[in-house]
Amino acid sequence: MLGRIVLHLLVLLILSPLLPGVIAKTKALFAGRIGAPLLQPYYDLARLMRKEFIFSRTTTWVFLAGPVVGLVVPLLAAQLMPFGGLGASLSFRGDLVLFVYLFGLARFFTAASALDTGSSFEGMGAVREVTFSCLAEPTLLFALLVLACGADSLTLNDLLGPALAGRWHSGQAASLALIAVCLFVVVLVENSRIPFDDPNTHLELTMIHEVMVLDHSGPAFGLVLYGAAMKLLVLGALLVRLVLPLQTGHVLLDLLLLVAGLVGLAVLIGVVESTMARLRLPRVPQVLVGTTLLSAFALVLVLR
Amino acid sequence: MSGAQPVCLPVGGCLPLAELPRLDYERFSRLLREAVQGGARVVSYFARPETDGLTLYAVLLADGDGRIALLRTTLGESFSSLSPELPQLQLFEREIAEQYGVRPEGHPWLKPVRFHAGWTGAPDVWQREAGRHPLVGDMAYYRVAGDEIHEVAVGPVHAGVIEPGHFRFQCHGEEVLHLEISLGYQHRAIEKILRGGPHPATVYQMETAAGDTTIGHTWAYAQLLESLAGVQVPQRAQVIRAIGLELERLANHVGDVGALAGDVGFLPTSSFCGRLRGDYLNLSAEICGSRFGRGLVRPGGVSFDLEDARIATLQQRLKVLEPETCGAIDLCFDSPSVLARFEGIGTVSAQDATALGLVGVAARACGLARDLRQHLVPAVWTAAFAQPVLEEDGDVYARGNVRRREIVASLALLGYFLDQLPAGDTRVPVRELAADSLAVSCCEGWRGEVVHAAITDRDGRIDRYKIVDPSFHNWSGLALALRGQQISDFPLCNKSFNLSYCGFDL
Repeated sequence: MLGRIVLHLLVLLILSPLLPGVIAKTKALFAGRIGAPLLQPYYDLARLMRKEFIFSRTTTWVFLAGPVVGLVVPLLAAQLMPFGGLGASLSFRGDLVLFVYLFGLARFFTAASALDTGSSFEGMGAVREVTFSCLAEPTLLFALLVLACGADSLTLNDLLGPALAGRWHSGQAASLALIAVCLFVVVLVENSRIPFDDPNTHLELTMIHEVMVLDHSGPAFGLVLYGAAMKLLVLGALLVRLVLPLQTGHVLLDLLLLVAGLVGLAVLIGVVESTMARLRLPRVPQVLVGTTLLSAFALVLVLR
Repeated sequence: MSGAQPVCLPVGGCLPLAELPRLDYERFSRLLREAVQGGARVVSYFARPETDGLTLYAVLLADGDGRIALLRTTLGESFSSLSPELPQLQLFEREIAEQYGVRPEGHPWLKPVRFHAGWTGAPDVWQREAGRHPLVGDMAYYRVAGDEIHEVAVGPVHAGVIEPGHFRFQCHGEEVLHLEISLGYQHRAIEKILRGGPHPATVYQMETAAGDTTIGHTWAYAQLLESLAGVQVPQRAQVIRAIGLELERLANHVGDVGALAGDVGFLPTSSFCGRLRGDYLNLSAEICGSRFGRGLVRPGGVSFDLEDARIATLQQRLKVLEPETCGAIDLCFDSPSVLARFEGIGTVSAQDATALGLVGVAARACGLARDLRQHLVPAVWTAAFAQPVLEEDGDVYARGNVRRREIVASLALLGYFLDQLPAGDTRVPVRELAADSLAVSCCEGWRGEVVHAAITDRDGRIDRYKIVDPSFHNWSGLALALRGQQISDFPLCNKSFNLSYCGFDL
């Protein structure tokens, strides 16, 4: 088990900054630019970590708790998730609920640290983030329920275990395809990507996630970026596993398959960001209600 | 001299002051009101201290006939404000109140404009401390009261590399109930510096009155001096000026469409237009060595000629740029996800646009045919310029689409000018300016009309110089466009107007 924990941590800590790099590179190529180096997020993290902490006098410990919890949560959540063919290192009945609400915890602290600054922008961002996440949560739960119904279990390890491949060939394939679409939307929303949010904009008034961390700088901001990259990897791994449920039994090959899947997902996100404009803010809840209905429909298909 | 009718002047004309009758304020306001009801609009409105007292000048222009109408009157310590009836005067009256300490009685929105000390030492209308520079942005902002109302303040320091301005939003949730814009952070007192001019530095100050409208402002300034000096600019110089002006329009419009795409997160057009803007700026640099057209236009003509070899280079480069530009822009306007963001956002009705006196792209997007190229003095326009580009809807899409179509029109104009460049001189000397005269000059810059007016003293020196940048009219349009909109759409609306801060602050 210890070996698995270490392996999960290594994958998460080493690979996660690669994904934003791949997304940025894809977007650059679509725009006809050379773009920043693939490893730029690593350089950015190294640069931020070398800086000093600067805190506004009006903030309290909550301000730092946001980035710290945002970093710890993906580390914990990753232990509950099988990474491709590598089984989960921690597993118990009902761990999928913990998985979903660990991210809820991170969100609570990020929003609290945004409100802690007292800035009107950050408050506005917190309101938006919490509203949209509330609406994304049922989609994620319904999707996991669909998987749970098929696997007849309530642990993520079984949900995404070796049996998953067989289910794509059963009558449940339609449901799985539906929740794969829904999970892709959840990955985009939770990681503040276009068309729901624009991670690159400098316009505070349009931001959702980014505006909540405007006052963070230096290592605290580094933690935020690192945590966000890891969150993308963990949620991405869920989707990759669902779509690519292959298993060779060989640790290295399985790992390679996971990495290839994640890079493929990052490229896909980059393509979506390059070919679509952002949605108007009032449209975002409407889309999320739509995916909730879609995932509920997938559940009905499984249960019928 | 009876004063029954305003005195008329062709665009770019000059008039001895003695021929302009001094009306009493009642008659002045009646004629002004009648002219506006008759379809004219106020393009400039300024005061000047004279021996008879503070004298108010109104410059009106009727779109379509290209004649300028002039009125003047004398003001006492206060005058009854015309803004309630003619909202397009509200900023002009506030400006006069700030400069000369006269109170427009009954002005519904009497606040400082640029936050500078008065020009004449008269008591301040807002009782601000004399002898000290007022704090910029220090005024009573409009407040909406209520439990669920919150106020968002943006600026004057912004996240991007843009100019300083302060925006106050009164919001109900995500909906904006009211936006108030407070500028003045870049006030350089250009008009005041110009007294006793033209100085050697004046032309450089004009080039930077609004840095992105270098050709527009310098053209208006040069035209003003030429009409005061009674000089005819050679045809060749006029066409080269027009080439510079259209290149300026192209660079800015292409950049704006790219910025609009960037604001909705549509990256391909945003990146390509960013690059193409640079290419158009480089074409200006090809002509005069400056990407912003500095040094090209000078009173009496232009300081750079276009040789045949250079014309061929320009034509060749334009031939490559044209399909690239149209491709990049069409990509954006053909994407449903982009159109969903542009359409129906930030709408200004034609009625409001008329009342506020909007100009340029913002006015044409509301269906108002306000394009001074219809009747600019140089004959180059009458031959080449067909019709103003008009859109009806007044939303972000309309303002974007006006730009898109003007880009195509400008490319055609450029092609024509480069083909038909007349032979001849490029510059003639400008000597003495006429004494005791008033001149008005206009130029359709890329953002809208640039209007300069000057009055000379008895030695032929400039005694009062008045600059009206299109942004001066249009900022109120932006504030109005935000009513009832999502606050998250503000950057997009702002970009669709893309107004100048320093052109307003002067």
